[in-house]
Amino acid sequence: MERRALFGGKLLPYSLLLPQFAIVVVFFYFPAAQAVWQSLLMQDAFGISTEFVWFENYSILASNPEYYKTMGTTAVFSALVAFLSLAIGLLLAVMADKQIKGATIYKTMLIWPYAVAPAVAGVLWLFMFQPSLGMLAKMLRGWGIDWNPLLNGNHAMILVVLAATWKQISYNFLFFLAGLAAIPKSVIEAAAIDGARPLRRFWTIVFPLLSPTAFFLLVVNIVYVFFDTFGIIDSVTGGGPAGNTTTMVYKVYADGKLGSDLGGSAAQSVVLMVIVIALTAIQFKFVERKVQY
Amino acid sequence: MYLGRSLSKHFMAALLAGTALTVAAPASAQVEIQWWHAMTGANNDVVNRLAAEFNASQSEYKVVASYKGSYPDTMNAGIAAFRAGNAPHIMQVFEVGTATMMAARGAIKPVADLMKEAGERFDPNSYLPAVAGYYSTAKGEMLSFPFNSSSTVMWYNKDAFRKAGLNPDAPPKTWPEVFEAAKKLKAAATPNCGFSTAWVTWVNIEQFSVWHNIPIGTKSNGIDGFDTEFKINSPTHVKHFANLAELVKDKTYVYGGRTNTGEGTFTSGECPILLTSSGFYGNVKANAKFDWANAPMPYYPDVAGAPQNSTLGGASLWVMGGKPANEYKGVAKFFAFLSDTDRQAKLHTESGYLPITKAAYEKVKSSGFYNANPYLETPLKELTNKPPTEHSKGLRFGNLVQIRDIWSEEIEAALQGTKTAQQAMDAAVSRGNAMLRQFERTVTR
Repeated sequence: MERRALFGGKLLPYSLLLPQFAIVVVFFYFPAAQAVWQSLLMQDAFGISTEFVWFENYSILASNPEYYKTMGTTAVFSALVAFLSLAIGLLLAVMADKQIKGATIYKTMLIWPYAVAPAVAGVLWLFMFQPSLGMLAKMLRGWGIDWNPLLNGNHAMILVVLAATWKQISYNFLFFLAGLAAIPKSVIEAAAIDGARPLRRFWTIVFPLLSPTAFFLLVVNIVYVFFDTFGIIDSVTGGGPAGNTTTMVYKVYADGKLGSDLGGSAAQSVVLMVIVIALTAIQFKFVERKVQY
Repeated sequence: MYLGRSLSKHFMAALLAGTALTVAAPASAQVEIQWWHAMTGANNDVVNRLAAEFNASQSEYKVVASYKGSYPDTMNAGIAAFRAGNAPHIMQVFEVGTATMMAARGAIKPVADLMKEAGERFDPNSYLPAVAGYYSTAKGEMLSFPFNSSSTVMWYNKDAFRKAGLNPDAPPKTWPEVFEAAKKLKAAATPNCGFSTAWVTWVNIEQFSVWHNIPIGTKSNGIDGFDTEFKINSPTHVKHFANLAELVKDKTYVYGGRTNTGEGTFTSGECPILLTSSGFYGNVKANAKFDWANAPMPYYPDVAGAPQNSTLGGASLWVMGGKPANEYKGVAKFFAFLSDTDRQAKLHTESGYLPITKAAYEKVKSSGFYNANPYLETPLKELTNKPPTEHSKGLRFGNLVQIRDIWSEEIEAALQGTKTAQQAMDAAVSRGNAMLRQFERTVTR
């Protein structure tokens, strides 16, 4: 049984496609092409003198040891944030899916952080952990921990990971919750009757049935940590100390926006784009096989 | 030109045409002068009041002041507007952006030319040399109009000094004395901090070098040419950072961060000594619940000629290029209005900005104002301590916003202990030089 809409000619289907096509071109392909073009140029801040330099911006990047350091930082940061926000989101969703009193309030509260802008989320965490004024920082100090994200790279990394994770948990929570609601109760009940304990029910039934959601979230979260987190890093650490929290996207922002080096910044964003495309392709090729739709 | 540029230009033109219709109509009677600035709080009021007073003083021109965010935001907004062909007339740019603005010869209108063409009286010698030098070319041509200026001073907590058995009226003068005092303070009064610095590179590299009359870079700190190289791995610089790296271990020195976010540690009483901008005055006055004072920056007594003079922080007003002559006439009139001695004196005493003309400084001095407010004079005494030398008249490095971040990274590495002070400063020089070469290349074509 083939499902196919019937159109009299070619004009109507293509003209119906046109709006979508126009949006994709104007908002995706056009800016991406511009970034590629800009990455081949060297320009002063005001754009008065422009030189076409072929791939020199890329070779400058390739010979810059700090750039490789940001790649390592990005890998650590992305892995931590994606794993933690997915795991905690799933845990909270499973908890909220139970029959509990005030479930609606609980769910609503968990969704709230998603409405907070990244920079604001960063500032919130910054205040709590600010070495001399923050409440949590004072508590840590009371426990004898010399909390100092201004100079300790690990502390700074923990802080940005916490802020970025906190911001993303709600989103993951929401999708996992919807995914859980779609799992037929009868399947779980059948397993329960067969004597499967909750943990076993979760791993053998719930988790596989959630895998399409989890896969979707994995892709979205990777994109989130790679692109959307520079606001948090900017407001919390500014990439410091000693570049310990400078991720690739933050360096794109810092060099382009703060440093007015559009060519170098564009080259970095092209590299970043290629990496994310590759990562997504890998996910679709290998991880998706394990997904059960 | 390529397709993308011309396309976006058409977009912009269409957008602008739409807004121009609504905005331009009532301006026919008065010439509007757009002034983009980065002043918040009390300083924002000062800007708006200046514009209002100027507008009330004559009817031909109208200065419209618009707040555009932080210093970097304002500068980026101006650059973006210029690229779209829609720059403001006057743009407030922080001192770090000076070299970038100066290099953009096609984008700016030198203030000296502006005043001459408009027939306004303008004497570069009437400005404080440390101020005028910062914003002038090597030949002495003033390119931008100094607006809000500050310098680095050492703030200290007199109550903590008393508690530690130190004389609150004789603050430490040299770095070794500061280290000693900080150790005593930490032992007896403030257990978490001996001293701290905000704006780590401005205080510990830029002002530090100038105050010791040692070069930050060759070619008079970049003023004489873009082919300058950094010199901040000298023995004096390395010694200073080695000292800080040693003292940070037991919190005798507390790292205050790259910007002024660490300033709160002084007003909260946590850090008894803090080196930061003299512009911190208003904040201290409002928030410090203890007896406080400020003093000149410390120096190393074994460096010959130290202390020299300090240099500026703050911002100046840049006039953007490509505007019609009658609009430039309005800008020139506004600058003449701002330079007026009485107005400068009043601005200084009310806002805490430094006066920028010699006459205004003299006037405030002779009025006896500083007897009651000695803390406003400390930065002026530093700026005018000695006649500026080639190492102390200012600094001009392209890409300085990025370079400061690189320097901060290296300083942080030294303070973390992951690099020695020597390694960190060597890296600061080589990485900084790479940025300078890139800047030189994009501006000298």
